[in-house]
Amino acid sequence: MIELNGVNKTFRIAKRQGGFSRAFRALFSREYEYIRALKNVSFTVNDGEMVGYIGPNGAGKSTTIKIMCGVLNPDGGTCNINGRTPWKNRVAHVREIGVVFGQRSQLWWDVPVVDSFELIRDIYKTDAATYKRNLDELVELLELHEILKTPARSLSLGQRMRCEIVASLLHDPKILFLDEPTIGLDAVSKLAVRQFIKRLNAERGTTVLLTTHDMQDIEALTERIILIGKGQILLDGSLTQLKAEAPKGANAEEMVAALYKEYAI
Amino acid sequence: MFGLTAINFKPYRALFRIRFTNTLQYRAAAFAGLTTQFAWGFMYILAFAAFYRSNPGSFPMEFSHTVTYIWLQQAFVALFFLWFYDNSIIESVESGSIAYELVRPMDLYSRWFSITAANRVSRTLLRAIPILAIAIFLPRPFRLVLPVELMRYILFFISMALALGVVLSFSMLIYISAFYTINSMGTRIIFGVSADFLSGAYIPLPFFPDTMRFVLELLPFGSMQNMPLLIFSGHVYGVAAFRGIGIQLFWLVTLVIVGRFWMSRALKRVVAQGG
Repeated sequence: MIELNGVNKTFRIAKRQGGFSRAFRALFSREYEYIRALKNVSFTVNDGEMVGYIGPNGAGKSTTIKIMCGVLNPDGGTCNINGRTPWKNRVAHVREIGVVFGQRSQLWWDVPVVDSFELIRDIYKTDAATYKRNLDELVELLELHEILKTPARSLSLGQRMRCEIVASLLHDPKILFLDEPTIGLDAVSKLAVRQFIKRLNAERGTTVLLTTHDMQDIEALTERIILIGKGQILLDGSLTQLKAEAPKGANAEEMVAALYKEYAI
Repeated sequence: MFGLTAINFKPYRALFRIRFTNTLQYRAAAFAGLTTQFAWGFMYILAFAAFYRSNPGSFPMEFSHTVTYIWLQQAFVALFFLWFYDNSIIESVESGSIAYELVRPMDLYSRWFSITAANRVSRTLLRAIPILAIAIFLPRPFRLVLPVELMRYILFFISMALALGVVLSFSMLIYISAFYTINSMGTRIIFGVSADFLSGAYIPLPFFPDTMRFVLELLPFGSMQNMPLLIFSGHVYGVAAFRGIGIQLFWLVTLVIVGRFWMSRALKRVVAQGG
């Protein structure tokens, strides 16, 4: 179970202005700007739930995910995931979660993908049988047979992203955080990834929390959505409910755009 | 202390292996490095030879010791020079992919230590053997002179391993400082070049003024390339060698403790950059 209660996070950012003379002055005196990335964020996600976490760019989605992964310390509030506080008990916590940061890569660039997978097996100390079972199943589902021996640098974005997902699941995580897992994928890859996430949730009961800008991801995957804007949770409800309130005939994209407009974010 | 007891080595060995293989891919870079090191070594030796010719008696090291020192130094450049940073570590902090390293159930200090050790060792393997193989067959005054006593080899290998440890734990401090700066290029260059100078990378420490040399030998700088190279070339032997190894051990332990403590502080305020 994931429970966030009143989580706050403020970033201090050095102010930069354009131009050479200003850049030079910044060497001697710095001005800082404080950005409240998260204001009083609270929500609960039950075991086995699949939740879409949406909001415009810069709303605080990634910050929330990083806090839930134990990568970032919040300034205030509590976060309890399966009985642990992620940033206080990082090592024990991350053993039970899987994460895909869509914008980054966890694969080693110059060695075959399968070497990266084996490294992850050794890091999590996954036993050989579990590793093999998971790998075989994931490779089958995401159709990766031919590229296991290819170095990550030679993969297409879609192939790489599918490998990233495999890498995050080899150790049987109970919770999966997906931060923009379908970014830049073509239609075929998107469908494969969606289908796969759905199956994972249905068959293994993995809790999934995903952020995305692709509303079709949300439509295909999640019943519940949480909307965040300017660091605040604005809405926590079901997709059906939203659809009922939306203007007739609006597609998911238009619905969300209407939402953003309504909340002025 | 600082999680040292909880470490199980298997994941770190695996990490060492993958980083090692990853670096071995860069053969062209190694070949380019090899050529540079040769040219550099010759240039150094010729410059020293000119000085020695003017007045051989006024130098603190015998010419053959200096030549051996220089060839060995060129062969192990990737092992001992601080400015041979592991850019993958700094990039991970600056680009924010550190987030992926922190979602692994491992200790970040040991993780970086293994990666950067693997990187240095594999780069050295590609360079050291050809350089040594050629340097021992060069004509007389320019030849790398191999020690005859077994004891000297043993002390050299111990001292070399410790020097690598001191270099790694010292460079860890520079990597950790990347958490506090947006771009650590400046810190890296200033610390790298000055620490290399003070550790005898450009001029061997025996050539330094006596008081300065005495102080540097007690600081971590004297525990880096200085000690193994002087032991191998025969300039340092007997009690002095054991004393030097003792100081190396002291600095290795101290720097690891300081680095681990600082890392645990830094991680409390870590900001993983970017979305």
